[in-house]
Order: sequence, then structure tokens, then C-alpha cells
Amino acid sequence: MVDPLMELQHVNVKLLVQRPEEVDLEPLVPIFHRWIQGQVSEELLLDVADYRHVAEGPGVVLIGHQANYSVDNADNRLGVRYNRKAALEGSNLDRMKQATRSALAACQRLESEPGLKGKLRFNGQELELFINDRLLAPNADATRESIEPELRAFLQKLFGGSEYSLRYNSDPRRLFSASIWASQTLSVSDLLKNLTS
Amino acid sequence: MKASNSRWKEHLAAKMPESLAREVDIFETELELRKQGKLDERLFAETRLRKGIYGQRYDNGQRHDGQKVQKLTYPSRDLTKGPNTLWDAPGMQRIKIPGGGLNAEQLETMADLAEEYSDGIAHVTTRQDFQLHYVHIDDTPSLMRRLAAAKITTREACGNSVRNVTACPFAGVCRDEAFDVTPYSRALSKFLLGHPDCQNFGRKFKPAFSGCSQHACALTSMHDLGFIAAERRENGKTERGFQMYVGGGLGTVPYQAKLFDPFVPPQEILPLTQAIARVFTKLGEKKNRNRARIKFLVNDLGVEKFKELVLEERAKLPPDPRWKEYVEEARHFREEPLRPPGQLPSSTSEAFRRWLKSNTRPQRQEGYVVATVALPLGDITANQLRALADIARRFTRETVRTTVEQNFVIRWVSQSDLPELYNALAAVGLGEPGAGTILDITACPGTDTCKLGISSSRGLAAELRKRLAEKSFQLDEAVQNLHIKISGCFNSCGQHHVADLGFYGVSRKMAGYVVPHFQLVLGGEWTHNAGSYGLPVMAIPSKNIPEVVTRLTGWYVKARKNGEAFQEFIKRIGKTELKSKLEDLTRLPAEQTDRSYFSDWGDPREYSLGDLGIGECAGEVVSSVEFDLATAEREVFEAQVAFDNGETARAAELAHQSMVHAARGLVKIEFSDVPDDAERIVQEFRARFYDTQKFFDPFAGGKFAQYFFAAHEKTQTPRTPESVRYLIEEAQLFIEASHSCYNRMAAPANA
Repeated sequence: MVDPLMELQHVNVKLLVQRPEEVDLEPLVPIFHRWIQGQVSEELLLDVADYRHVAEGPGVVLIGHQANYSVDNADNRLGVRYNRKAALEGSNLDRMKQATRSALAACQRLESEPGLKGKLRFNGQELELFINDRLLAPNADATRESIEPELRAFLQKLFGGSEYSLRYNSDPRRLFSASIWASQTLSVSDLLKNLTS
Repeated sequence: MKASNSRWKEHLAAKMPESLAREVDIFETELELRKQGKLDERLFAETRLRKGIYGQRYDNGQRHDGQKVQKLTYPSRDLTKGPNTLWDAPGMQRIKIPGGGLNAEQLETMADLAEEYSDGIAHVTTRQDFQLHYVHIDDTPSLMRRLAAAKITTREACGNSVRNVTACPFAGVCRDEAFDVTPYSRALSKFLLGHPDCQNFGRKFKPAFSGCSQHACALTSMHDLGFIAAERRENGKTERGFQMYVGGGLGTVPYQAKLFDPFVPPQEILPLTQAIARVFTKLGEKKNRNRARIKFLVNDLGVEKFKELVLEERAKLPPDPRWKEYVEEARHFREEPLRPPGQLPSSTSEAFRRWLKSNTRPQRQEGYVVATVALPLGDITANQLRALADIARRFTRETVRTTVEQNFVIRWVSQSDLPELYNALAAVGLGEPGAGTILDITACPGTDTCKLGISSSRGLAAELRKRLAEKSFQLDEAVQNLHIKISGCFNSCGQHHVADLGFYGVSRKMAGYVVPHFQLVLGGEWTHNAGSYGLPVMAIPSKNIPEVVTRLTGWYVKARKNGEAFQEFIKRIGKTELKSKLEDLTRLPAEQTDRSYFSDWGDPREYSLGDLGIGECAGEVVSSVEFDLATAEREVFEAQVAFDNGETARAAELAHQSMVHAARGLVKIEFSDVPDDAERIVQEFRARFYDTQKFFDPFAGGKFAQYFFAAHEKTQTPRTPESVRYLIEEAQLFIEASHSCYNRMAAPANA
């Protein structure tokens, strides 16, 4: 039974990249500045924060008003991350879809950026989902129980019915988060197609 | 912004101390009133500043994207949180940490806030505070409530108030201190927070405590109020007290603090500070914020007269039990270790040995050490903060402090635990060696996030750090111990005046472009609590600064005599020779094919647009202006050389002359036949550039022009060496401002 008060806002989605050791983050700085010049998203893009000097940090962050985009290396797992900051209307499912769509769109754009020489690519199988609000979604069993039906419904759609495994982070101090592994490799466009179908 | 904002108040009601909870409630109401237009934007700006909420770059709703100025259209449109500061624009939250002391729960809170309200990074400042960037103002009441639940307040973290009371992070464990200053700094911090006598200053007021006079850990000489622990024998007993200093400060022109009293007993430090606050409130400048720091008041009155006024005020103060009630307890204050003392186990790990050498320091308590966690550019991730909290619990009784070098220290580590501690730190990327060495570069936020930034201090720091780290183990020991400090502008937040190699951001127009530069500042002293200040030598394009560091450090290693310190080496060589060694680096590559010079470190946007569209006639005037500015630069340099040679009168004359020439250059833009007469130039400059505000800097206003006018008025007044030193600094700043004014006038409107 879903807790009717469990409102999932500030959904973050991170798409893990293949061969992270080969990815150079430096070209991301001019790439993100170019995205601001072109205001390539419907969201308002503001600035670039470069944290490459920090170990296992946020990497290079494109700061926006409604959301941040980054190529983030937290926990030594490099991935394209979408961090939704502004609250959204709709259902929890809508919000998971929106964040995932945005992460996928950013990843797709990065995959085609010449400056990255094709080295930044989604690994096709792994993604992480976070709720960046400890009060709305504390990292506890109750949250897991409450969110799981909606999360599974969302993943069913995302992976087009193919199998996946799901693991929650158990440290109560960390954000509520789930790591998801698809059993078969899917491209960014496959996943986008599944979400829009 | 956060969907949970309305729920934290109730959620944390039982955890927040009542006084802190009430403060946040009041602020939330003020925030709401401002949103409804019922609170004036200026008043709200000062209100939020006093809660540590600063503006950030581009918060006027405009950003130059490298090609054009973009208007940033936010959902709240024209709603403002201060003059020319849009509501929705991200801001910075400063969080006061008295003496830099934090427990594990507080570290965890900081981690959560960095993750949920900022960009995942907490930044340690040069005054032991934390800063979170890109914070939305709507989130600040929740953020403050969560801090309050961890017994932290942001009250008076900014604004015209008593800022964080800093203290030596080694207090209580240092082998060279007179005694532990921790309880005294805490008592002063608590006493001054929200004190009615500290609410009406013209500017901020920064106190600091040090346990000794020889080290740099607290930098008391550059503070508004500095306390250095001292002991004396009286009637066969050892008494505690403090050397009390007043009127120091960096800022645009740095002032050394003056000795107010060589020995103030502990029961007098609170009332004397209160009396100083009252004198500062009564006599400190209020209208002209450029002369409103207490250093100007002390300098204008002279320290003896200032002291006389303070003692008069002290005599009138109604007694307050808080002045004395902590004193007895303070005598017995002592932190305790978690683990028994031990011996360092033998280790074969080279990485551990390197870290051990640079990042640990024996405590005066046998068997214990202080371990420094070196943070690159003062940045730490949320996950690292949580790991640090775990480490603090595992090895100590949560005795962690931030430092003025933007690091953490973990105190009371048993020597036998050091390998395990190192492994725990290294596992989360916090085991980097090089604390306190040339790798440990201090930088203010600069153009990354600061509204006043001119050049990219963090970008340069990251680049220097990367290059130096690659060869750090081959660097000569003498070079390893040097300090590099970088500010994005003349305001000294990166403490460039007290570094061996200091830099501050300026700009120059070259080849039709505005090119980011840094002024090289040499001769500063980090030790002895920031014992002396360096002076600017020359402006160099940002992209050539790494080569400046390579040349100067290489030269030092080759040419130093008998182990002389870097400061002595610079003095012996002299600025003329030094300048000739670096002169070629002031120029752009001849072909100008390397366009990287026109953008700054870590920021690929073009610093300025190419063609300035200057016509032939204007072109002649431009050449003439540049000529005058170059003359002014040469003269101010000669003033420094004269000053270094002890020719103070000549130095003063040259400094004044340099200002006159810079002003003449500007006047020529409008009046090409201006006579070469100082009086007339001042008159014309005042009428054409000051009264019209054309010279005014967007943030500093007419401050630098006032330096010029004051210098001109005092040409016949005898000057002390100290005042000549200030004059040279002021001349340099006036010339910089003249360059900026010229750049503004010559540039197209959107550049």
C-alpha cells in the first residue's frame, strides 16, 4: 500500500557510463558553457561549476534553475546525472519519468559531442535513482516499501518489460537511492522510446 | 524550491534551541514580507546578509556567455532580494563555525545540506567558516533550521556585524602556545553574538585568537581585533592574559594591527571588546563604506587616542556577569582523547610516509598528533564529510576543526592509529599529502561565484596545483614550504598579501581585447600571525602565471644564499631585477595565435569581445591614454623600489605622481590638451570623472578616486614609512581602477 503522503520530489537519475577510466572531464567545461549559450534545454541554464579537483566528487556541473546536470563521480561511479531542484506537479511516476527523460536526453547529447570523442557513453545497463530530500523520503524501510510499487511500474516501462535487478542503499544517512541493473543492454534511444511509448 | 520546506519547522521543533528557532521564524516572516513587497529591498538585503545569505555572480539577471549578454528570466521575474539582486538567482550561504570546531553530527548536517540545497560541495573558507553555493533563498529557512538542530547558527555570518571569531586550530595541543585559547574565543563569540552594542557598525568586524606570536595559524595581525595568549609572573604566580591588537585588516589596502595592550587579563577581554564595539559604533565611518573598517578609525586617531577613548567607554559600562563567569571554567578546559597514547608503527608505504611528513604534527601531549586533511581549494563532498564524521568518531572524541588554510585538522589522534587513520582518509580521497606546502594553495571564489571577481582565482589555483603536484616530489624542500595565495580581485579574500607568492586579479586591454591578468604580490610573511604584507610588483596575463611560479621558484633554488627565506631572497634581489626577469611574460605572444590568452583558467568564455570599434580619432586618444597608464605603472613600481631602498619621501612623491599620470590619461579622453599641471589634472579629473561617476567602479564606487584626492591633498604633509606603504598600495589600486574605467569606456556596451 503506497503511503499517500509519500510525495517524491527532487528525483535524481544517474546513468552510469562505460569505461569511465577513459573519459576526460575537461572538455565538459566548454561543452556546458556552449549549452548555456544555446540554452539547449527548456530549463534555464545558468553556470558551470568545475569540481574535477575533488576526488569522487560532482565532477563538472551545469547549474540550472530548475535542475543541475553533471558528469558525476560520486562513489567512484562515473555517470551522467540529472538533479531536479524545482518541485514538479503530477504523480510520482510522472516525476520519475521526467527526471529519467532529462538524464537520457543529456546523455544522448553528450554522446554526440565531438569534444568527448565518443568516449562518454551510457553503459546500457546501470542507472541510479535518488530522492534528494531526506524529509520527503528518508532512507528507511518504510520509504522502500512505500515507493517500490511505483518504482517497479516505472522500471517496467523504462526497460520495456525486460528483466532488471534492484538494490537499495542501506546507509540511513545517505539519500534514499536505488541502483538498477538491466539484464540486457539498452541504448539511450531505446530507453527514451520506451518512456514515450 | 524544496517541496519539504514547509515541514522542517515542525519536524525539528524538539531539536532546535528555542533562541535559534525563534531567529529562523523571524527571518522566515521577513522573507515572506519581502515577497509581498512589504519590506524594502535594501532593508531585506542587510537582514539576509546578517543571516549569512550573500548574493552570487550573475544575480542581477544577466550573464555574459562568451558571445553576448544573456538575460536570465527566472520564474519570480522582477522580485528582488536586494538592490539589483533577483529573488530566484542562486546565492551563497555562509555558515559560522566559531574557532572552526565541529563535532561529527555537525559534519553530517553539513553533508546533508551541501547535497540537498547546494551542488554537493561544502567549501571551507579562510576564516574557518563553511560556504554553500547556488542556494535558493526560499530554501534558507529550512537550511537554517537544520543547522539550528545541530546547534549552529548563521547569524551575523555576513553584513556589518561581528563575523566568525576564529582561533588557532591547534589551540590546546600546540607545543609553542602559552595556553589553550579555545574557551576564551568561545566565550567572546557567544558574548558578541547578537550583542546590542554590535548592531550598528559601519562595516564588519573580525576577531581572532592565537596561542602564540610566531606561527601563522590565527593571523591575528590582519584582524580587526586580535588576541595572542601571554603569561606573566606576578607575586610568584603565573597569570594568563592576552596581548591585544586592534585595527588590522587586509582589504584593498592592508593594515597591520596595532598593539592595544601588552597584557589584558581574561576577565577584561569581553568588556574591553564591548567598549571597542561602542567606540567603533560611535566614531566609525558610516556613510563611506570604503573607510568604515575599524582600521581606518584606529589609523586616523592613532592607537593611543583610540585606547584612551576605549578605556573611557570601558569605565562607563554597566557590569555584566558574563565578563567573568567563564574565566574559572576556562582555566580547566581540556579536550580528552578517545584512545590511549601510542607509538608510531613502522610502515613501508611510501604514500603514508609522504602524508605523515607533511600532514601530521606532534601534539604537546606525548603520544598524540594532529592530522591535517588537505582539501583541494577548500572543497569537500557530502560523502567525504560523512566519512570524516565516521573517522572523527572512530579515532577521537570528535575533535575536528577547520583551518584558515581551508583544511581540516583532526586532533588527539593516537600515534599508533596513524596508519589506520591514513587508510581511512585515503579510502575517501582525503589522504592527499602536501598540507601547508606550496601545493596547498588558498584561493577565494573569484569569478566562479563572487560578484566582485575580476580573474579566476580558483581556476588558476587548480591549474597551479595540478602542475605542482606532478613534480611535487622533485621540488626542492625550500620551494615545497612556500605559500601561494590567490584573490580574484583587490579585496584580498584569498589573503594574497601574506603569501610568499601572492596574486590578485586585474585586467588589461591588449591588442584590442580585455585580457585577464593577475598582479604578482611579493614580500608577504605568513608566519608571525601574518607578520608583514607584500606589495604588488607587476601585472601578468593569467595564462603566464604558471610560468611566473616556475621561474621564481627555480631562481630561488639556484640563487638563494645560506638558506635564506624567500622573503629575504626577494628583498636581496630587488624588484628591478625581478621585474626584468619576468618582463617578457607581461606581453602576449607576438603572433597572437594563441587565443587562450583571451579567456581565463577554467573558463573557456572569451573574456572580452574582439573588435572594440574604435575610430581613428579615438584611436589616437586611446594610444595616449595607454601611454599615460603605462607611465603611471612604471612610476608606482619605481615608488616601490624607492620604498624598499628606504627612500620614503621619494617613494611618496613617485606614488603621487603615478596617480596624477593615470588621471591625466583619463582626462585626455575628453580634454586632449589638458595641461601637465597636477592641480589642474585633479580638478579636471574630479569634474569629468568623479562628479559624473564615470570613474565609479560598480561595487567600489568612487573609493579609488578618493585615494587620489587624499594623496594629492597631503603632498606637503610629512609621511611615516607605514603611510607611504599605504600610499603605494592606494596608487596601485587607483591605476587599476583607471585601467578598468578606460576599459569600460572603450568597450562596446555588451562587452
